[in-house]
Amino acid sequence: MKKLLLATLLLITSVAFAAPQYGGTLVFGRSGDSTSMDPSHVTDGESYYAATQIYDNLVQFKYGTTEVEPALAKSWSVSDDGLEYTFKLRKGVMFSKTKYFKIDSEFTSKDVVFSLGRQFDASQPYNKIGGAFKYWSAMDMTNIVKSVTAIDKYTVKITLKKREAPFIANLAMEFSMILSSDYADQLAKKGKQGDLSKKPVGTGPFVFKKWRKDDKIVFTANKNYWNGRPYIDRLIFKVITNNAVRAAELKAGSIHIMDFPNPAEVADLGSNAKIKLVKQEGLNVGYLAFNQEKKLFQDKRVRQAICYAINTKGIVKAVYEGLGKVATSPIPPTMWSYNKNLKGYEYNPEKAKKLLAEAGYPNGFKTNIWAMPVARPYNPNGRKVAEAMQADLAKVGIKAKIISYDWGTYLKKSSMGEHDMVLLGWTGDNGDPDNFLNVLLSAHAAKEKPAQNRAFWKNAEFTKLIDEAKVITDGAKRTKLYERAQVIFEEEAPWKPIANSIVVEPMLKKVHGFKLDPVGKRRFKEVWLEK
Amino acid sequence: MISYIIKRLLWAIPTLLGVSVLVFSMVHLAPGDPALVMLGEHANKEAVDALREQMGLNKPLLEQYYFFITSAVQGDFGTSIISGEPVISEFADRFPATVELSLVALTFATIAGLFAGIVSAVKRYSWFDYISMSTALAGVSMPVFWLGLMLIYFFSVNLGWLPVSGRLGYEFDIDHVTGFYLIDSLLMKDYAAFWDTCKHLLLPAFALGTIPMAIIARMTRASMIEVMKEDYVRTAKAKGCTKAQVILIHALKNALMPVITVIGLMLGTLFAGAILTETTFSWPGIGKWLVNAVNQRDFPIIQSTTLIIATVFVVINIIVDLLYAVVNPKVRLS
Repeated sequence: MKKLLLATLLLITSVAFAAPQYGGTLVFGRSGDSTSMDPSHVTDGESYYAATQIYDNLVQFKYGTTEVEPALAKSWSVSDDGLEYTFKLRKGVMFSKTKYFKIDSEFTSKDVVFSLGRQFDASQPYNKIGGAFKYWSAMDMTNIVKSVTAIDKYTVKITLKKREAPFIANLAMEFSMILSSDYADQLAKKGKQGDLSKKPVGTGPFVFKKWRKDDKIVFTANKNYWNGRPYIDRLIFKVITNNAVRAAELKAGSIHIMDFPNPAEVADLGSNAKIKLVKQEGLNVGYLAFNQEKKLFQDKRVRQAICYAINTKGIVKAVYEGLGKVATSPIPPTMWSYNKNLKGYEYNPEKAKKLLAEAGYPNGFKTNIWAMPVARPYNPNGRKVAEAMQADLAKVGIKAKIISYDWGTYLKKSSMGEHDMVLLGWTGDNGDPDNFLNVLLSAHAAKEKPAQNRAFWKNAEFTKLIDEAKVITDGAKRTKLYERAQVIFEEEAPWKPIANSIVVEPMLKKVHGFKLDPVGKRRFKEVWLEK
Repeated sequence: MISYIIKRLLWAIPTLLGVSVLVFSMVHLAPGDPALVMLGEHANKEAVDALREQMGLNKPLLEQYYFFITSAVQGDFGTSIISGEPVISEFADRFPATVELSLVALTFATIAGLFAGIVSAVKRYSWFDYISMSTALAGVSMPVFWLGLMLIYFFSVNLGWLPVSGRLGYEFDIDHVTGFYLIDSLLMKDYAAFWDTCKHLLLPAFALGTIPMAIIARMTRASMIEVMKEDYVRTAKAKGCTKAQVILIHALKNALMPVITVIGLMLGTLFAGAILTETTFSWPGIGKWLVNAVNQRDFPIIQSTTLIIATVFVVINIIVDLLYAVVNPKVRLS
């Protein structure tokens, strides 16, 4: 009985201990500053970090996943032809008041029409302000969205030019965030339209207070947030450019969470008694693409042989310094519809030699590997990866020359198909598999040059599956199609997938509730500080 | 005097034109399409075209240069491609931070350098001379970013005496009046913020000031030794001046000539050094901002800021020339 009592008591205390606490200031140390507070004009992650605190989208990614859930829109329906999306908006959501925006302004359909419409509708005054809407064009939205109209105060209809299931995920991206049209009008009256990108007004979990360029941004909790107030009272983004210095700040306890540690420093940080590490695979993939415009790579056996000949496990260990995971699929494991059953090509030089002999190259051949000149999240050192591959390939008789150009030239020449094999990768935009499989591997992406499909792989069956999945909105059915597409990918081997990076976020142990979002967001609504 | 100043200012025009041509061609002839570099893997034709148009890259190079230079003359330095803000207002936001850091570093370098140089010259071949001159040699040889990191590890992480980085603790908030936190905090009578600013300034100013200090010290020493051999110094001693009078009035004033030139030029070096120091200490000045702009190929920022810095440099040089005349009336402004 005593034991039971004790156990109950322990359980109660531990539950009480784990209960989130309100209050406190959290300082987030990051590597660069925001460039603008208008999320539709920028493409950089640092600007998005700030925007995520201030604004909401119609729909959002469920915390820590790539699944889309309702946000400012409480529900939506799609017409039978898949061209009309009708969104029912949440009622009673207010834009936060600030020193420069003092009126009561409820979020309604006109804000949606303003925020999305300005990005393609030339008749909107804000269409001409602040330069190009880069991400809108990068996500092909010009060719997807026909119109955005307000049906009534709380209903919005978006009409598409073509059927496009991933469109809903695009609405969860930063460029689709909802800004206040009342505020935009207020600024226009004063002729200060430029302030939209400096002094933001949103409905998000935090309210913007102050921005000292290259130094800090201060937010306070939005106590009236429609989805419940954040636990912390104040949030500060501090810019600390140097990775080692940022780590020093964390060790000194003057910041709570740090972004992007030096890979070499991660172990040291992890062994610190005050610090813990939160890890997750990034929404990216690094790959080696075989150019099928070159006759050599049109033979499936040659591609498979190279896949067997390259020891990705060794490469990930040596080059990624523990911050990478061997990839088997073209889509990362954190993405829905990732096919867990793919085995990938294990390291097997004997099998590689056999396949080469069957294909008529018993003594190998000469080729080239293009190595990226810059470090990217999915490949920290293109040169080193290429050198390791060169050594692996030499063992089966393939003599590969390493070629590199400056980054701009590299992207251009490889998109024109000048390479034999090219190292590249992709970081997901919207958490939708279409954003990897269609953009990088479909026949459409290889039709015209410059092409995103660096393998110039035009597989009819694969492309048909992707096209089919693109137009149906049923998630379960789409998953089936994408899983099947990944099987074809594995058999046909247009790429050798190399790795998905692992993102590590070191933070003080007293920080709780922080999750890394696969789409690269940093969210603080659920985060609380232990006192 | 006035005609001299006007002449010097006119001479500055070809210099600045040269700088503008150089920067413009470097930025525009660098390989790789900047629109492509900015968009990276995500570049599709539509996005690249939109960006090229916004950046004005569709126009011929000469036209782009003409537009850049005529706008700059009218005070329009363009807008940043990344943020869409006018370059000049972004620059003005950050410039005071760099100036404050550079001036504090220069003050520190001048005082410490002069002191070490004078004492070393007077007490030549003493232990003080050996120690200060070898320290100076070490100072010149040390890379700023390395020194900065070492200072941080020692004073901030291990000892915990000083803040690691930044310009002011996040708990303080002072209004931008002059942009110099030392002055603004005093204007607001927020003495805690003033003290915090001082603490934040200490390490970066020391790191940034080390090289100039070393150069000033060695320069002063050499110049003083030279002057101390002069007849007029012997005369001063002979007529019964105290040692302090001889050193400070008779010797130092004459020895200062080359040192002032060096200090003037050093201010330019300090701006350059500030780029590294600011990156190490996350100092929100133009150095760090410029590095970002280079990484992101933000043309307008790179071109205009270089032009502005070059202008500042030319103006400083003119001021140094005028100072010559103040220190040594023998120099005629002609």
